Amino acid sequence: MSPLFQTKDLSVRLDGQIVLAHVALSIEPGEIVTIVGPNGSGKSTLLRTIIGAISPESGTLNVRPGLKIGYVPQKLHIDPTLPVTVRRFLSLPVKVASDEANRVLALAGADGLSGKQMSDLSGGQLQRVLLARALLGKPELLILDEATQGLDQRGSAAFYQLIADIRDDVGCAVLMVSHELHVVMASSDRVVCLNGHICCEGHPAHVASAPEYRALFGTGTGGALALYRHEHDHNHDHPNETAE
Amino acid sequence: MSFLLDDFLIRATLAGIGVALAAAPLGCFVVWRRMAYFGDATAHAAILGVALALAFNLSIFIGVLTVSILMATLVTRLSGRGFAMDTLLGVMAHASLAIGLVAVSFLSGVRVDLMAFLFGDILAVGVSDLAVIWGGAAAVIALISWRWDALLIATMSPELARAGGLDPEREQLVLSVTLAIVVAVALKVVGVILITALLIIPAAAARPLARTPEAMALIAALIASLAAIGGLQMSLWADTPAGPSIVTVAFCIFIASLIAASWRRSRR
Repeated sequence: MSPLFQTKDLSVRLDGQIVLAHVALSIEPGEIVTIVGPNGSGKSTLLRTIIGAISPESGTLNVRPGLKIGYVPQKLHIDPTLPVTVRRFLSLPVKVASDEANRVLALAGADGLSGKQMSDLSGGQLQRVLLARALLGKPELLILDEATQGLDQRGSAAFYQLIADIRDDVGCAVLMVSHELHVVMASSDRVVCLNGHICCEGHPAHVASAPEYRALFGTGTGGALALYRHEHDHNHDHPNETAE
Repeated sequence: MSFLLDDFLIRATLAGIGVALAAAPLGCFVVWRRMAYFGDATAHAAILGVALALAFNLSIFIGVLTVSILMATLVTRLSGRGFAMDTLLGVMAHASLAIGLVAVSFLSGVRVDLMAFLFGDILAVGVSDLAVIWGGAAAVIALISWRWDALLIATMSPELARAGGLDPEREQLVLSVTLAIVVAVALKVVGVILITALLIIPAAAARPLARTPEAMALIAALIASLAAIGGLQMSLWADTPAGPSIVTVAFCIFIASLIAASWRRSRR
């Protein structure tokens, strides 16, 4: 099977500054890939380049023709002065049939929220509604940009489990950004550690123990990561050169 | 009662309703997007438009429309550049009013009834004014209903709009243009100072009564029309200035709507 999209030597410049350099990334159908990296490492920029909101400075981005992408934004703030139900929100800007709306709400674990006002939703409910919206039209690739901001650790873990379940149900590939590697480890097939360029990538356990990853996160996130510290008793090839 | 008197009151009422119908749905977006100051900046720039129109002997409608569109797009452009939006809009809103007033004072040869532009002169609306007002209102309503769904999603999330194949900046431009048209047609009715009030008060009054965006726009249009009719009657009977009277009535409806909403909440 050919990849859903593939970038080669991709560089992106924002406001005159190089944000991403020489990024080579591809995703196979059905694969769950998580991008981790510190703030300002270009994670969101990479996602937005892939969905076509930003054009690359150089390099190539090959997207499979007709690829359907479902996008879950980082956050959504709907002003409480705007009265709109969940059902209506799903029908903007393209009308969807009630069957389809109910299907995606059920998939995302948001059944029963259809008639609720968007501004009355809790953080967790809002994330599920955004996920349901992204599932409209049966996307082959689901892209999530730090979709669990504002959820507590247990809430995020449940959300990522839900993503993994949806992938198993629907078979879509998932590309997501997270700074909570320990939470996404269980549900990711592959982790890409980004800091302007790809520092290392591979199986979650491999990345968690890679020196490049620990150099970025070792002190910053402290206690939570200590759980996943492994001793380095063997050497890895340079991760940039290991083709997956 | 002479036939003429009836006629001017009918003209004024029709003018008030025309402006109300255009301002209400746009006002909903002003409230939803928190752009009240944006309305102020555009409306206050209208005085500068008046000054330029008089200086170059152009129609006031064209002068105001041009300057308002320029102001609206300028403010939109600047807003993406990392300035503190609130401060920037406050600066623009008041600077444009001040500069407009200074510019008018340079027109020594022309006798300008400044009060009419600041607070409106709805009782002096003529048949041609009426045609401009209803033409402008029809254009605003047509533009907003055409882009309604796109404007809604762009208001909720520019990112989701873009993911849905829309250009949020183009939708913003639609709002800027309609805002400029509303300013140009409302100038004669309520004047530059109170245009923003006519945008946001009916929308805010409609909010507790609506559960869908469409309902909110329709209720706001109804409230604004009632305010126009009520304000004119009040102006006639109590001999108060018409523009401020319309806004005062709108405010009373707003208070009534708030009380009704909290009463309903407490009974639930």
